Amino acid sequence: MNAEEIRQVLLDILSRIVPDEDLSTLQDDVPFREQIELDSMDFLDIVMELRKQYRIQIPEEDYANMNTMGGAVNYLTPLMKGVSAPA
Amino acid sequence: MKLRDRIVITGVGLTCPIGNSLPEFRANLLEGRSGVGPFETRYIGQVLAGVCNYDELKYQKRKEVRRGTRAGSISIFCANEAVRDAGLDWSTVRKDRVGVYIGITEHGNVETENEIFEISKYNYDTAFWSHHHNPRTVANSPAGEVTLSLGISGPHYTIGAACAAGNIGFIQGTQMLRLDEVDMAIVGGVSESIHTFGIFASFKSQGALASHDEPTKASRPFDQARNGIVVAEGGCLCVLERLTDAQRRGAKIYGEIAGYAINSDASDFVLPNSGRQGECMKQALVRAGISPRDVDILSSHATATEQGDVEECLAIKEVFGNHERLAVNNTKSFIGHAMGAAGALELLGNVPAFQDGLAHATINLDNLDPACDCGAPQIVANRPRSMGQVNYILNNSFGMLGINSVLIVKRFTE
Repeated sequence: MNAEEIRQVLLDILSRIVPDEDLSTLQDDVPFREQIELDSMDFLDIVMELRKQYRIQIPEEDYANMNTMGGAVNYLTPLMKGVSAPA
Repeated sequence: MKLRDRIVITGVGLTCPIGNSLPEFRANLLEGRSGVGPFETRYIGQVLAGVCNYDELKYQKRKEVRRGTRAGSISIFCANEAVRDAGLDWSTVRKDRVGVYIGITEHGNVETENEIFEISKYNYDTAFWSHHHNPRTVANSPAGEVTLSLGISGPHYTIGAACAAGNIGFIQGTQMLRLDEVDMAIVGGVSESIHTFGIFASFKSQGALASHDEPTKASRPFDQARNGIVVAEGGCLCVLERLTDAQRRGAKIYGEIAGYAINSDASDFVLPNSGRQGECMKQALVRAGISPRDVDILSSHATATEQGDVEECLAIKEVFGNHERLAVNNTKSFIGHAMGAAGALELLGNVPAFQDGLAHATINLDNLDPACDCGAPQIVANRPRSMGQVNYILNNSFGMLGINSVLIVKRFTE
């Protein structure tokens, strides 16, 4: 999966976790929590969805890398290199 | 009774298989309309159930629905409807003086079954178990969701009391108002039980799950052809206040809590005990300061099990056996057994009788089981009965492990 495909995966997950939010204006370099209502339990849902859908294990000490869309895409790119994009 | 101890119902919110408001529910009860239909459940396939179709998004965001439970969503809908119906200016209500007391039969089975099903897709690796499981399954969860929705900072908890729970929500709220713990109570019962396969499977294994070719005829208390329970979901929450507070703000008053009792059979895990049920009704009558002949409508608990219906009729006969005018009816024949919500829904389905003077029917009562003999009182069969003025309604709710609850509500008079 390339960076753009990973971004789309994250947007799909977010659309289910925070279905009331407008994700079309999400900025890459601003923390999620400053743009949308996303609390710690919601954040854990992102981690869980990546685990369930792509078997990606994100250790707790790496959570800080996932605070922004840009940071999350950069962090996940090497981890999801060999993973196929959803059909 | 001290004036301050007089407790009245001033707001009603409900959802059940035949209505999402009291007027809609009452109209369908009087028209004899069943809310039972086919329902798909995990592992078992098609069963019969009473399903609600309220608007989840009326008082919740989609994220809140996802985060919480079905019982919480039902509770939020009912509580908000009750507050609105009570005509309260919610912004001026002291939220630290409001209590939330919700009766439940069980809570957490739905979420636990869902999570086990989910991890079964991952070879039972518990790393895939949701972090939402604990907040969703703590026993106070449905009541807690109400406090989050309405900003209530007074006490909240659920009352686990099997199928006697709906009445006990009212009793708990009444007690807390009389103890001056709160100035307003949101009380009643809720149930999400149809979303667990376990309740259907367990009743089936027990030989107590209803079946019928025509779903609307499946729930048939007191009928010779009854063959068990139809499980339903639903909720009914009411605003309780002291009469003095209600009158001060000119509130509409649905009825007044007249008396109540809770006792235990101490005889069996599942089989009811008519002797203890009768004692519970008598104790409630004593507390209400009335005789059996003062009761106009007896809203029965009967679930359409073989022995349960007979035992309740034995108890009714023992307490009310000479009271010809008493109307015995049954709401489960319309909506099925709404478990923790049953007592509250069944009471409120009857409360409009204070205005319209009608006892709603027991539908599907084609051939009365001779063993369901209440003595002089007749079960209101298939068509409503005109009662004239209704002054007292007695509501029975009984549950497994031998818990009995009786609540008597009276027409409000100064």
